[in-house]
Amino acid sequence: MATKGKVTGVIANMVLLAVDGPVAQNEICYIKTGGDRLMAEVIKINGAKVYVQVFESTRRLKIGEEAEFTGHMLEVSLAPGMLSKNYDGLQNDLDKMEGVFLKRGDYTNPLDEEKVWHFEPLVKVGDKVGAAAWLGSVEENHQPLKIMAPFALKGEWSVKSIAAEGDYHITDTIAVIVSADGEEKSLNMIQKWPVRVAMEDYKEKTRPFKLLETGVRTIDTLNPIVEGGTGFIPGPFGTGKTVLQHAISKQAEADIVIIAACGERANEVVEIFTEFPELIDPHTGRKLMERTIIIANTSNMPVAAREASVYTAMTIAEYYRAMGLRVLLMADSTSRWAQALREMSNRMEELPGPDAFPMDISSIIANFYSRAGYVYLNNGEVGSITFIGTVSPAGGNLKEPVTENTKKVARCFYALEQERADKKRYPAVNPIDSYSKYIEYPEFGDYITKRIGDGWLDMVNEAKTRLLRGKEIAEQINILGDDGVPVDYHVTFWKSELIDYVVLQQDAFDEVDSVTPLERQQNILSMVTDICRSDFDFEDFEAVTDFFKKVINLCKQMNYSEYNSANYNSYLAQLQDLLATKKIA
Amino acid sequence: MATEAFQKIYTKINSITKATCSLKATGVGYDELATVNGKLAQVVKIMGDEVTLQVFEGTGGIPTNAEVVFLGKAPSLKVSDQLAGRFFNAYGDPIDGGPVVEGTEVEIGGPSVNPVRRKQPSELIATGIAGIDLNNTLVTGQKIPFFADPDQPYNQVMANVAMRAETDKIILGGMGMTNDDYLYFKNLFSNAGALDRIICFMNTTEDPAVERLLIPDMALTAAEYFAVEKNQKVLVLLTDMTMYADALSIVSNRMDQIPSKDSMPGSLYSDLAKIYEKAVQFPSGGSITIIAVTTLSGGDITHAVPDNTGYITEGQLFLRRDSDIGKVIVDPFRSLSRLKQLVAGKKTRKDHPQVMNAAVRLYADAANAKTKLENGFDLTDYDKRTLAFAKEYSDKLLAIDVNLNTTEMLDVTWGLFSTYFKPEEVNIRKELVDEHWVK
Repeated sequence: MATKGKVTGVIANMVLLAVDGPVAQNEICYIKTGGDRLMAEVIKINGAKVYVQVFESTRRLKIGEEAEFTGHMLEVSLAPGMLSKNYDGLQNDLDKMEGVFLKRGDYTNPLDEEKVWHFEPLVKVGDKVGAAAWLGSVEENHQPLKIMAPFALKGEWSVKSIAAEGDYHITDTIAVIVSADGEEKSLNMIQKWPVRVAMEDYKEKTRPFKLLETGVRTIDTLNPIVEGGTGFIPGPFGTGKTVLQHAISKQAEADIVIIAACGERANEVVEIFTEFPELIDPHTGRKLMERTIIIANTSNMPVAAREASVYTAMTIAEYYRAMGLRVLLMADSTSRWAQALREMSNRMEELPGPDAFPMDISSIIANFYSRAGYVYLNNGEVGSITFIGTVSPAGGNLKEPVTENTKKVARCFYALEQERADKKRYPAVNPIDSYSKYIEYPEFGDYITKRIGDGWLDMVNEAKTRLLRGKEIAEQINILGDDGVPVDYHVTFWKSELIDYVVLQQDAFDEVDSVTPLERQQNILSMVTDICRSDFDFEDFEAVTDFFKKVINLCKQMNYSEYNSANYNSYLAQLQDLLATKKIA
Repeated sequence: MATEAFQKIYTKINSITKATCSLKATGVGYDELATVNGKLAQVVKIMGDEVTLQVFEGTGGIPTNAEVVFLGKAPSLKVSDQLAGRFFNAYGDPIDGGPVVEGTEVEIGGPSVNPVRRKQPSELIATGIAGIDLNNTLVTGQKIPFFADPDQPYNQVMANVAMRAETDKIILGGMGMTNDDYLYFKNLFSNAGALDRIICFMNTTEDPAVERLLIPDMALTAAEYFAVEKNQKVLVLLTDMTMYADALSIVSNRMDQIPSKDSMPGSLYSDLAKIYEKAVQFPSGGSITIIAVTTLSGGDITHAVPDNTGYITEGQLFLRRDSDIGKVIVDPFRSLSRLKQLVAGKKTRKDHPQVMNAAVRLYADAANAKTKLENGFDLTDYDKRTLAFAKEYSDKLLAIDVNLNTTEMLDVTWGLFSTYFKPEEVNIRKELVDEHWVK
């Protein structure tokens, strides 16, 4: 007998129910009102009084209306056929909904039961399998997907039967497994998993070390993120958070990209819908949309579903990681998620923490980030979830709870800065405040040395030192005037500007400059480092400015040209001639 | 509103605050409307058999034995073509002396557009103001506010934009507008002979503050009717959204909610987003564009209202008085239209993006030269030329009294470039310079 409840109170999207049986925290129920069924989640239980957050508008909901509990938590359905889909925060397929407007209580199947998949078995009868073991594989959009044993499976089971290679629907039985005490389960291709529970069917989570190439120089060169790493991008509005996120999601060397548009502008999601089906993945040459899943819960969609959307996205990411794939998860923006938590905490009249956010905001954020990672699966394969979240700090002030708590857990910090954005120095990532902890990992050092060669990290650190020194000198010049400091100072300052203009600044809208493969990044950094390490002879500071402006212009032209093209080489020759005029041998 | 037969009348109010009253009642739906001694109210909380009502006009004079009647519906508006040319109050009742509008009754604050059913905005809205069309081009389906101090002529600029924009309907939602400004709009619309494409929902400073909360939803419900049913291009003007947010904070305070930043409710972002995200381009051709006003206090954009707004809207427009020319200009540095790249150079002349950037860059050089001048440093010849350029650029293009089409704006800018600079100083692609440089 499913537990039933009756509505006893309504405050916006928080509803109080009186229940007649057992309920679990985070259990899902449906409230029936005026012909609609409204999905809701238990958030607090006090005796027979149960507080639920409703994932829809509660307009016209009345006292006494009935709710039916489902016995499970908020869960997603996982199977082949999810790539290129557009879901809302509760994994409803937005394309399957009818009409221009979202209708209350309209829940659509996230999966496609009609579609046929070519299944190839990976196990034999008699094989031992545990949770998340690979039973077979199907191909979707050129991606080898695995059909896995249920994530919730306990203990060791053996395969009693397995489907032969052939075409199947996701609902067809593809295997029967039997436990040690004779219990049988028949399995199809569909998995269900509660979104708020981390899926941990892997052998171990190790320290990540492998560079995740994004093609964005200020990230890859200066503050790299790694496969299975975590990072966040805080920035006031208008500093280019979304442009940077889109650039990363377009270019990153990942198998699967999941974009959670959490409480942001609908037109930005429309941009993805419009552009991604046209754009090409620079690593595989296939359409970007083929590897992308969009979870769109924009700012005007229900707040509680917004809160759930990041979990939905993370759980889908975990599903693909368990197949041994490299998943990149982007959430824009985690501040909106935190605000959704705040709205609810406020309605429950909890004592507020800083800025009225709930007291446990720090542990909620920490738990979420910790679901990312680089893992060894039980069969020895590896998979990863790289998570990058944006943060929209109120008033651009980084001393607010969401930024501060995220900073404690995310290992890469890409601080977008208003001043850089105002000067149109894009991406406006502040090179001095930003950091990547991974660059200090010896594992990463070994990896990058093997990949690019000795001296890379030395060059990166040297560039960072020069940027810092350049900033200090800029301040001195501001106070003392151009004539008030030695010519040397101008040279040091302009060397840092060279790094800024040529390495850090990158035109996200230029066809060539927008993506820089790692090998080319190495070339750029080596070239710039060489120039920085050279000594030059100048009569006065104006000559310094004049010379470096020309150097920067040529280097930028090279950045805009196809690598090693005729144009590129001609600029390179001009640059070498120019350098020779002032260089001290 | 008249009481219908068989409606249950309650006459025992238990508690009254400045904005709300509570009573015991059954069978009441959330968000439902009620009248309290004839004053309109809305259900904001139900706890067991106790219902809390927010009384829009305020609770002054309401006795504990007031007659409370529940209307069984959420706030709604009757939509039809008869809305055109009419002036309404926050409840959608006519205030122009005309007849009541007949039409389909639609609940306001309706559902959101499915994001996959939207189309990417791509149609330019020409305003004739170069500070907007040239530097911060507006697009149908966009949402953008003026960030302005109360002493700036934002309502006049907005009225100009509305009158010049080629749209099918202009819907004005006035919140806490002074009676003088209301009359200004009314006269302007009447005199321009544009009355048939205007619809106005008005809450002036003389009206109760809480009533303002209905204005944006009323205006946008009317907008959705024309955009969805009639495939029209609708421009919605909302002024002033700061007054709207103030009303939100009053209500949340009366409801004993814990305030977050700047005494605003924690849900401010969602509340504002629900309004602004009604801006949309439909595939069928209809669109809703929102131009709003957010008044600032002393130019402070870190205050919760402009801050949250900035995260929601697609850019913002700043006005500034330029002391060199003695006119109000659209500030080219702080203003931004996030959607401009969807039309600039695509729906306008090809040189538009480069000309726009070059002019702003030179204007920035002029600002640096000015700082140098103020600090007593010597100016170079280039500095002097940028200063002269900036003054003329400000006067001929940035000033809000400009009325040109985009091609004229581009030609004027090329003229200024040619007067004050050498081709290599403007940093524009060579082919474009060859084509447009005035010799």
